Amino acid sequence: MEVITILIPLAILLALSFIVGFIWMTMKGQYDDMETPALRMLIEDEKISPRKNIISTKEKK
Amino acid sequence: MSSPSAVHRTGRLETYSYDDQIVRMFIVATIIWGAVAMLVGVTIAFQLATWKMNFGLQWITFGRLRPLHTNAAIFAFCGNAMFAGIYYSHQRLLKARLFNDVLSRIHFWGWQAIIVSAALTLPFGITRGKEYAELEWPITIAIAVIWVVFAVNFFGTLIRRRERHIFVAIWFYIATILTVAVLHIVNGLGLPVTIFKSYSVYAGVQDALVQWWYGHNAVAFFLTTPFLGLMYYFVPKAANRPVYSYRLSVVHFWSLVFIYIWAGPHHLLYTTLPEWVQTLGMVFSIALWAPSWGGMINGLMTLRGVWDKVRTDPVLKFMALALTFYGMATFEGPLLSIKSVNSIGHFTDWIPGHVHAGTIGWNYLLIAGILYYMVPKLWNTEIFSKKIANTQFWLATIGLALYYVSMVSAGITQSLMWRAIDVNGKLVYPNFIETVVKIVPMYWVRAFGGTFVFISFLLMTYNLFKTMNQGTIGEIEVFEAYALDDSSLEENAGHHRKLEGLPMVFAVLSLIAILVGSAIEIVPSLLSNQYITKIDAVKPYKPLELLGRDIYLREGCYLCHSQQVRPMAHEVLRYGKNSEAGEFIYDHPFQWGSKRTGPDLARIGGKYPNMWHYRHMINPRDVTPQSIMPIYKWLVEQKLDLSTLTKKLSVMKQLGVPYSDVDIASGVENAQAQAKLISADLMNQGVPKEVEDKELIALIAYLQRMGTDYGSLPVNK
Repeated sequence: MEVITILIPLAILLALSFIVGFIWMTMKGQYDDMETPALRMLIEDEKISPRKNIISTKEKK
Repeated sequence: MSSPSAVHRTGRLETYSYDDQIVRMFIVATIIWGAVAMLVGVTIAFQLATWKMNFGLQWITFGRLRPLHTNAAIFAFCGNAMFAGIYYSHQRLLKARLFNDVLSRIHFWGWQAIIVSAALTLPFGITRGKEYAELEWPITIAIAVIWVVFAVNFFGTLIRRRERHIFVAIWFYIATILTVAVLHIVNGLGLPVTIFKSYSVYAGVQDALVQWWYGHNAVAFFLTTPFLGLMYYFVPKAANRPVYSYRLSVVHFWSLVFIYIWAGPHHLLYTTLPEWVQTLGMVFSIALWAPSWGGMINGLMTLRGVWDKVRTDPVLKFMALALTFYGMATFEGPLLSIKSVNSIGHFTDWIPGHVHAGTIGWNYLLIAGILYYMVPKLWNTEIFSKKIANTQFWLATIGLALYYVSMVSAGITQSLMWRAIDVNGKLVYPNFIETVVKIVPMYWVRAFGGTFVFISFLLMTYNLFKTMNQGTIGEIEVFEAYALDDSSLEENAGHHRKLEGLPMVFAVLSLIAILVGSAIEIVPSLLSNQYITKIDAVKPYKPLELLGRDIYLREGCYLCHSQQVRPMAHEVLRYGKNSEAGEFIYDHPFQWGSKRTGPDLARIGGKYPNMWHYRHMINPRDVTPQSIMPIYKWLVEQKLDLSTLTKKLSVMKQLGVPYSDVDIASGVENAQAQAKLISADLMNQGVPKEVEDKELIALIAYLQRMGTDYGSLPVNK
């Protein structure tokens, strides 16, 4: 059953990478906002339109 | 309007467009391969109902078509659907075009080439003999290469994103890419004999553990996580409602990926796998129930407030039913992992029932919903006919219900018959065939249920191609969004930005490096088997038996026959002594099987005379009336190939099987001598023609050897 000596460390490595990934992402602020991502993904992309210039100058301050 | 987070951004305003052509290509491939996979599925369902459907043709006999069905359904149909959905949503969620158009094309054509080569090898019996990992080593390597192409394309896009938040769907995709790579590589390790033949580096119980670690996670990370990711994008989009709880989606993602990795051993309960590994697998499998239902609840609750739309909109209708089936299948899964339930369900038709609740109920229905969402959008039109979509929906539902109910009742019925023992301690149904005949009507119900599902798929095919036909691809749309960077933010922002993307690539590359490295280091020690209690009586296969075993693999015998007597009274009564781990140390690959359409073969050696096997292969009904096994008469016609025997023996030696140099050098001679003995015996019994150099003799040699080394020892433990 030596194969366990790869499978268990490998499974732990994978599981660990999930945990580290989670902590890392939380620290990076990925999960600070738990409300708007669900809403923002519903917004369709902004097509280029004549409004373009107005918006970009406004946003640029 | 611009997104709220754009307020904080002072990066450049950039224009971009999406590569939708690659999505269209994957969609068309999905539809075509889906139809093929289901056609083969229906064919093998009828082959189980009546053996005549095998037509006596080796290339389309059940054992060779069944791997074609599973590979086509999982990797061709669900694979292409996954790539289509991921490439569509990944670009939109990140506001970025796919990393590289050429890589996308290599990914697409490479994957199709892999599928075609699978379809060209499996019917010829070119197989590794491991379920869901049948494709021989050149194709296995090609899969790994194309998967890396996919990964580079995916992570490259992630790095160039214009949306800082990584939406939960993308996390599901990331988990898929990483884990599938690891599983595929570890389980794929083998030593080649020829371009069409290799042996698994693992043997027996170790091979079983690696195989089901892979096998279960193939379900988890190929058929579940990517589709949950797709669900989190397409269900809210189609319903135009935010996901019920974004927080739940995040919690459910991280807990699901953490737990899934450990569940594999539940496929090996009551086998010779160490008991603690079995228990570990069982406990984690039961724990999986919670995160799985987290996803199901989250998906269904997203539809609250739009249930009126579910009634009329085909997209939502398919998605709602898919989620329901996901909930049912992920409830049933943990249930079947409980040892006492598993003792009934394992090896029976309950398992194909369970699997198809997942693959038809969850994957096919969700894919249907997603396709009905994407195709009109990508071809700038409406669904050609909602009526056809509705008919498809009901046909698929009824077909699946017939499939599932017939399989579960067949499984439980047969299992209870297997285990029935009367007051005298004897089996009530000692003839296995009695328990088969009982459930053949259910096989017919299943076959017709499957036909319904297949027809429903054809309706969708027609509907979608009509939709494409009436629409136009139109001009490429250009969008704009702010770049995520950089210069205008605080000073270390650029530095930050780099860190954010690179670790992803780094993580993938280092994981692959770790894997390759540890494989090279650990594999040799794996071959020694020192922790398995050795049984002195168990010796390596003789050369002819080894060739016979390869024929056993080629014909896919393991798909209907197990080689594992579980430690249960009724199994010992029916088959003989229960199996021990030490019996399988020379089995590269293991052949325990996962389904008993026919009886277990672990103790078949010496049970019947050679002549019985000869007649049985030419026509099983000559010796077992009402048998549903196909005929294998080509084994009596085809000459046994001895040309690779020496190479096979030396590869086995490299894998740790103790063949001496003399054994290898005299392998061919030895095989011919053994064949002579068997054929002489057959001639004595009245076999009309010379069969000494035919394949059947090798297969008989293997069958007569099976389980005899240990099985013939007296029971005194």
